[in-house]
Amino acid sequence: MVYLAVCSTMSPGGSVERQAATRARQAFLSGRTRPLEFRLQQLHALLKMITERETDICTALKQDLNRSQFDTALLELTGLENEVRLSIEKLSVWAAPRSVERSVLTLRDQVYVRPQPLGLVLIIGAWNYPWALTLGPLVGAIAAGNAAVVKPSELSECSSLLLRALLPRYLDKELYPVVCGGVSETQDLLRLRWDHIFYTGSSSVGQLVMEAAAAHLTPVTLELGGKSPCYVHHDCNLRVAARRITWGKFVNCGQTCIAPDYVLCDPSIQNQLIDCIRLTMQEFYGADPKSSPDYGRIISQRHFQRIMSLMEGYTPVIGGQSDAAQRYIAPTVLRDVPPQSRLMKEEIFGPVLPLVAVSDVDDAIRFINEREKPLALYIFCTDPTLTEKMLEQTSSGGVLVNDVLMHYSLSSLPFGGVGHSGMGQYHGRQSFEQLSHMRSYLVRSLTMESVNLSRYPPQDRRRARRARLAMRAPLVDLSRRTFVWAVSATVAAVVLAVALLVILLIAAGLNCTCWYWRGIYNYFW
Amino acid sequence: MLLFRCGRDIAPVLLCDWSSFSPVSAPWVHISRVMSQQEQVVHRARSAFRSGKTRSLDFRKLQLKNLLRFLTERSTEIAEALKKDLGKSELATELFEVLGSEGEVLLALEQLDTWAAPRPVEKTLLTFRDQVYVQPQPLGLVLIIGAWNYPWAVTLQPLVGAIAAGNAAVIKPSEVSSHSAKAMEELLPLYLDQELYPVVCGGVSETQDLLRLRWDHIFYTGSSSVGRLVMEAAAAHLTPVTLELGGKSPCYVHHDCNLRVAARRITWGKFVNCGQTCIAPDYVLCDPSIQNQLLQEIQRCIREFYTEDPQSFQDYGRIINQRHFQRIRAMMEADTVAVGGDCDQEDCYISPTVLQDVSPDSKLMQEEIFGPVLPIVPVPGLDQAIQFINDREKPLVLYVFTEDQKVLQRMLAETSSGALVSNDCLVHFTVSELPFGGVGHSGTGSYKGRHTFERLSHLRSVLLKSLSLEAVNSMRYPPHSQSKLRWARLLLLTLTLRRLRAVTAATMVLGLAAFIIQRFLVRSS
Repeated sequence: MVYLAVCSTMSPGGSVERQAATRARQAFLSGRTRPLEFRLQQLHALLKMITERETDICTALKQDLNRSQFDTALLELTGLENEVRLSIEKLSVWAAPRSVERSVLTLRDQVYVRPQPLGLVLIIGAWNYPWALTLGPLVGAIAAGNAAVVKPSELSECSSLLLRALLPRYLDKELYPVVCGGVSETQDLLRLRWDHIFYTGSSSVGQLVMEAAAAHLTPVTLELGGKSPCYVHHDCNLRVAARRITWGKFVNCGQTCIAPDYVLCDPSIQNQLIDCIRLTMQEFYGADPKSSPDYGRIISQRHFQRIMSLMEGYTPVIGGQSDAAQRYIAPTVLRDVPPQSRLMKEEIFGPVLPLVAVSDVDDAIRFINEREKPLALYIFCTDPTLTEKMLEQTSSGGVLVNDVLMHYSLSSLPFGGVGHSGMGQYHGRQSFEQLSHMRSYLVRSLTMESVNLSRYPPQDRRRARRARLAMRAPLVDLSRRTFVWAVSATVAAVVLAVALLVILLIAAGLNCTCWYWRGIYNYFW
Repeated sequence: MLLFRCGRDIAPVLLCDWSSFSPVSAPWVHISRVMSQQEQVVHRARSAFRSGKTRSLDFRKLQLKNLLRFLTERSTEIAEALKKDLGKSELATELFEVLGSEGEVLLALEQLDTWAAPRPVEKTLLTFRDQVYVQPQPLGLVLIIGAWNYPWAVTLQPLVGAIAAGNAAVIKPSEVSSHSAKAMEELLPLYLDQELYPVVCGGVSETQDLLRLRWDHIFYTGSSSVGRLVMEAAAAHLTPVTLELGGKSPCYVHHDCNLRVAARRITWGKFVNCGQTCIAPDYVLCDPSIQNQLLQEIQRCIREFYTEDPQSFQDYGRIINQRHFQRIRAMMEADTVAVGGDCDQEDCYISPTVLQDVSPDSKLMQEEIFGPVLPIVPVPGLDQAIQFINDREKPLVLYVFTEDQKVLQRMLAETSSGALVSNDCLVHFTVSELPFGGVGHSGTGSYKGRHTFERLSHLRSVLLKSLSLEAVNSMRYPPHSQSKLRWARLLLLTLTLRRLRAVTAATMVLGLAAFIIQRFLVRSS
């Protein structure tokens, strides 16, 4: 393949990364990204790349993860396409200045917040969804007017090399370079100075990224993982719940950061749930998942060994077969997994689903809160009060009731973790804001200097009182409350004035009220 | 005895008996043999948060009201402490410290219901029947590290956000402003919940100890160099940080503006609090032709504001301590003093000083001055001024004094800074609707009003589905086929709600038009 040949000629030193970063920074400083037309044009080019090269992308992923071409289209490309289209459509709205509410003190000024590009962004992608997790943030970076160095994961080699070959053909070569490489190249990159680092991957590397970023006070967005729990309440339709869970867990061979990591359920429904999952698996992947075109493979031998060692000592109720040569692990379900086991300590990131018994909702809440805050929490329950209770008493990046993964597909929902599952959010408008600097503007004139007297020294009681009045009076803002207050006060004042006029007229001897009443009297009777 | 360690090694957990744990104990709670006093305080705050009492909005409002009561009832004590620390006059304290914090509390009290309410977001066709919203959620335990220049405003204003967002918060005032710190430690617990919002005093080593503990957010106000250490320490626990740092904020004076008024506003902004304000104009950039005139005007304003003898004048402050006094005096040495320049080491007094013809390489221009010394750097034109600003780190705020819209527009577009204020100084800090914060080396994250609330909340994405309509989902389940993918594309990409809405609107308009034509036009003809 062409892009494999490109790889072998790549120089191993750190200078390539530095050069790419320097060129990108210079291109940014040239101000090229400032006009929205340029950004739109780049976004259109990116859209063109995704649609034109769909087959190539699917082939690369087939090699990396043995992922079915339909899954690639469904899970990565439609989402990306959606993001790009949304950005193209909304960019002018997002990038426009946003005027804020004014107070009496700033009545004559222009007060607004306007998004501004940050500068040079480093995007470090992950191998499980090599396209969505690198190009997704890139859409935000382009829309926000930044330059971006894209570093795809070295584990998904074919996809990374394809990205390296394709991106410069469609996008500005200087502004959006792709840098390939492993750990040492990434470390070199992290030593450079960036204006934002967008990292997707594991918590342990996330810590290193943030530490490296601290040296230059660079803000970071960390999209990490964690063990996302899935609680199944006994009242729900287990057949449907099992279908949705099975799909979410075993898609991409379990290598999805928001896949349900383990299932919490009442011991009484465990058997039934297992039966339903078995039935669904049969339906999805047939009798032999190994030969199913829709079932993926583990990314590398190292991860294969890791997952196999996690499963040691358990008797699978479903699956458990493996093939080291193909890095194949069958969809596996383990039951009655003790909460302290190693399987329940680290993120599984493979097609192994442990079932953990909990007695009720409270027990489940306690179980979840004893652990790190997960990236996603899945609740299968039809009782609204119990759902509400669980929503209220737990914390997680996102929460989805009665389904899995689908919150990722909504561009309007911010996507990101909390605590050890990450910081910062993206998708749609959020990506744009995450990679923009929201600069505050206060533009006033040099007139009306006398108003300022209250703040200048020498201070005295009178000046202080005036300042306090201006800042604390109920009418200092332009909120709706003030508006209602003003309108009702005006109405009251008008009514009072009319009443006063009538009284004055009567006092002056004009018997106007009599005419008025007589008129009404005559009209009706 | 239990040894419970958090962080990367969870192994010791295995040694202990799980049944002995109360539901309160989480992996990040340190229970070591001898807990230091600090750890005890933090542990208590964490347990109080876990009890869930901050979840209710009424509780938060009660605490905010107590904080407001504290500010009004204890204004004398606050003013006294500040008089001892920084020589601030009582009225200046009220104007700069208390009023702003009061405004923040009042705003939070009024708006809390709106801020904390779930925010519905746009749906797609696939989630049309579901509930989709973003729910702000407390983060947990927040560490607020304050600065000494405005010891009350920069600790209490983040605290308002922390309380409003439902977090527990440990407040660490700066040890440099010792009297204020002591007053805060003594008085605040009399008003606020003692377990949830403890005040911890101490110097560098205590701060380091605090930073080693695990937090859910760290809010730091201070210098860039310490900010780096804070972020590094936070990286170990993947804690998000808000850094409010400083930097050299430039003040560009264009030759066309009313120098009399400009000088007044600059003089006020620079010498208030004896120059120890993070958003004070650090240096002035102006055309050499107006330098002398500007200098005269500033001299006149200094005399007007602080009389002929600022040392004996009550509204002029002092340098916080000897170390800073020495630092500022050492910086001034090399350059030409045009106004002021008097020092009194005993009193930590430096008179309002203006230096002219300061070269860009001078010592004064290398670090933040943070004292009553205003260097004027002559630059020949607007282009050079922009170049000058862009050659340095991004400042916290950029001040532009000009009447010319074109000059302003160029400054808006071609520079970057936390905020941009034209024709005035400092006032953007008083506008709660404007996010306040830096970019690059001047900080990460912004606060004030609603922004503080959002900064200290986790915006959790929530998607509530039902278990019905399973048939729709079959398009995403394996075994995949071309027709399923076509359906998915249709529903995800082509038939978006936006388009449907547009089509519906168009149909309705057409229908109405047809109706009108038929009813009125056709009949009449």
